[in-house]
Amino acid sequence: MPAGRTVEGTMLGKLDWSAIPFEQPIPLIAGGVVLVGILAVLIWVVVKGHLPYLWHEWITSVDHKRIGVMYILLASVMLLRGGSDAIMMRIQQAIAYQSQGYLPPEHYNQIFSAHGTIMIFFVAMPFVIGLMNLIVPLQLGVRDVAFPTLNSVGFWLTATGALLVNLSLVIGEFARTGWLAFPPLSELSYSPGVGVDYYAWSLQISGVGTLVAGVNLVTTVLKLRTKGMNYLRMPMFCWTTLASNLLIVAAFPILTATLAMLLLDRYLGFHFFTNEAGGNVMMFMNLIWAWGHPEVYILVLPAFGIFSEVVSTFSGKALFGYRSMVLATMAICVIAFMVWLHHFFTMGAGPDVNAIFGIASMIIAVPTGVKIYNWLFTMYGGRIRFTTPMLWAVGFMVTFIIGGLTGVLVAVPPADFMLHNSMFLVAHFHNVIIGGVLFGAFAGFEYWFPKAFGFRLDERWGKLAFWFTFTGFYVTFVPLYVAGMLGMTRRLQHYDVAEWRPWMIVAAIGMAVLSIGVICQIMQLVVSIRNREALRDRTGDPWDGRSLEWATSSPPPVFNFAFHPDVRGEDAYWDMKLSAQQQSLDHEEPEYHDIEMPRNSPTGFVCAFFATIMGFALIWHIWWMVILGGIGAFATFVVFAWRDHDEYVIPAAEVAAIDRVNLEERRNLVSMAGAI
Amino acid sequence: MAMTATIGRAHADPHHIGLVVEHPGPAPKRTVTAYGFWVFLLSDIVMFSCFFAAYAVLVSQTADGPKGSEIFEQRNVAIETVCLLLSSFTCGMASIAADVRNRFWFYLGMAVTCLLGVIFLVIEFREFADLVSRGYGPSRSAFLTAFFSLVGCHGLHVSAGVLWLLTMMAQVFAKGFRADVLRRMMCFALFWHALDIIWVGVFSVVYLLGSGV
Repeated sequence: MPAGRTVEGTMLGKLDWSAIPFEQPIPLIAGGVVLVGILAVLIWVVVKGHLPYLWHEWITSVDHKRIGVMYILLASVMLLRGGSDAIMMRIQQAIAYQSQGYLPPEHYNQIFSAHGTIMIFFVAMPFVIGLMNLIVPLQLGVRDVAFPTLNSVGFWLTATGALLVNLSLVIGEFARTGWLAFPPLSELSYSPGVGVDYYAWSLQISGVGTLVAGVNLVTTVLKLRTKGMNYLRMPMFCWTTLASNLLIVAAFPILTATLAMLLLDRYLGFHFFTNEAGGNVMMFMNLIWAWGHPEVYILVLPAFGIFSEVVSTFSGKALFGYRSMVLATMAICVIAFMVWLHHFFTMGAGPDVNAIFGIASMIIAVPTGVKIYNWLFTMYGGRIRFTTPMLWAVGFMVTFIIGGLTGVLVAVPPADFMLHNSMFLVAHFHNVIIGGVLFGAFAGFEYWFPKAFGFRLDERWGKLAFWFTFTGFYVTFVPLYVAGMLGMTRRLQHYDVAEWRPWMIVAAIGMAVLSIGVICQIMQLVVSIRNREALRDRTGDPWDGRSLEWATSSPPPVFNFAFHPDVRGEDAYWDMKLSAQQQSLDHEEPEYHDIEMPRNSPTGFVCAFFATIMGFALIWHIWWMVILGGIGAFATFVVFAWRDHDEYVIPAAEVAAIDRVNLEERRNLVSMAGAI
Repeated sequence: MAMTATIGRAHADPHHIGLVVEHPGPAPKRTVTAYGFWVFLLSDIVMFSCFFAAYAVLVSQTADGPKGSEIFEQRNVAIETVCLLLSSFTCGMASIAADVRNRFWFYLGMAVTCLLGVIFLVIEFREFADLVSRGYGPSRSAFLTAFFSLVGCHGLHVSAGVLWLLTMMAQVFAKGFRADVLRRMMCFALFWHALDIIWVGVFSVVYLLGSGV
């Protein structure tokens, strides 16, 4: 939007026709395609009569499994958006040698800012939160999370944030400041447009959603475990979920406060981070990274948990060094808060401070190393099955070690002075985030998909997807390490150094290979859905699993377990299978009871609707609409609080009917399987 | 599930540390709700700590504007503090009344809590309005920015608390002391007491330390 052309005092605040970028074809076409896509899906849903089903079974659902699936769906869609941004950047840098390329600077700046923001907040976060939601209550042997309706609210607020970011494509602009919007660039004087406001309000709204999810999952793990599920019997994924969500609860309020300060500067002329009147820019750096560094562990710890489950299952062994793994997880959880300053070694903290934070940053690599060795020793001597999830796990170990080592390298302050803000750094954090978080998310997706939907994913396409993504990753990011060593800084819209050019071209080719990997993954989904009857898993235990999520059917009934499982050790389900085999199953029919489950509620969706209105109105200074949105959100909660029935009963007969089918399949499985 | 009734032997006590206390199973709903709300309150306190930190960083950045000692009025702050501390007491009385299902004392306790909260807010609002009218608004200096934000953030919390309080009273009026209403009342009480604790911090760090300088 052309800056300064604002129409104050009208009904629509700063919003007018100049907000729509008619002169820029790329965002307009992209926006148009998205709009047509959304409309087509909506029309299809309405015409086919799926709307009531969607509304009752998904949109208003408070079932943790459904919410988990919706989180993952949101993350997958946003992965395509963020990936498109990445492709555009790689193409730009491949051709913008001694020329302007095809993206004008102000558009290129929006793209790299949107890419980072989307990939962290709307891909990685919802993906891991989705997997945690889907699996953790099942692994703990309980029927739901601690606060089911709030869970729905959290998801829909995250979706609101994603919606606002995408809206910026066609109405107004996105931030041009990088994904963390450092002041003074992000202050009103240097970024007068609505881009930073889109950025900040999307993150504020989705941040509330994330906090809600964090509170919910911490409470679930600490207070809702089935009988006998002592802390040191929890599956590793539950431990990493606990650590990750403790970090969310402790770190996300810092982000909220920091962005609130930035917004106060921008909206009301405060002086937190301005150059004038005593504002302090370095305070922003400290605050944002006090959230930002724990954030990387919020993302990667759940991935560590997923790999622990996958490696142990497909090696046919209990996890090696379970207790050291727990200790390493909690050590990372604590040290995560003690390293934030390594993000700005070059900004004048002095040698003593830099040395302390450099050493702390190296120390945090130790528990991570412990984990790597534990996974390797779990595999050692095991009967390894190289299924798709296991491929992602092994690919992760190789990739993450390289990323970790370059991380230890930049943790040395003198080296960091050379490499700060270079393409080397870009390569490093993609190395750990793609190799750690994304590979972990994909491993979890492949591993738990049969649990969520009752059929496996096609292995052939899955393996193709892995090999293309794995190869594509190296072809894309190794050249960026080299370019960084050659002195190339990050975020360049064009450049004149001939030595960098070949590496940028190789990286663009790598991006193409990566894209083939993504296409394979989509193909895998399509092929698997088409062949779902052949891929059907009737036992609920397709991988010969070890933890309680495999002890119920696939997909699990809404109440997860007909009886709260009674846990007597680690690898609870594995023990059950072993002893069931030894004793031959007792064929007595258990006595079923009525089960109370929380009723569905549109609270989350309605609340997010008002949050969207409020967020949009705040971005465009449409104050009456802000008030309207606020009143709407409050009224939604009052209506929710006023309802008289918050639970419904599933009669014992229905529970029995559902459970019998699964029990029968399971008996067949146990009696047939001599191998387990 | 039939298979759950089996003997587990593996790993119950792999390192022979001693007796393993069996986890009794999911906690009752009241415990879960209170626990979750505590976790939320801790996160809220982390958010406040950022504003405290910002205040500590910016307190000397007055940009030739007024210092704390020139604008703080200790008499007002003393009244505010008394109001808030008393309101914590009356809120506690309302909680006890709710536990013994006594409507009269519940309404009375909540009404007095509300009144004290509103008095607090009015005094704070007048303090802010007075400062702004003298040209000492938050845009004047980084110190005033941090001051208005920290104290204002607490004030916003109290305002939200008053709104919640009124909703709570209406709900008891309409629905009686249902189990879910009592759980919400418990959360409200925790919230209100937490604001008191934060005010003790604001009072000490901003007003007491600031008045001396």
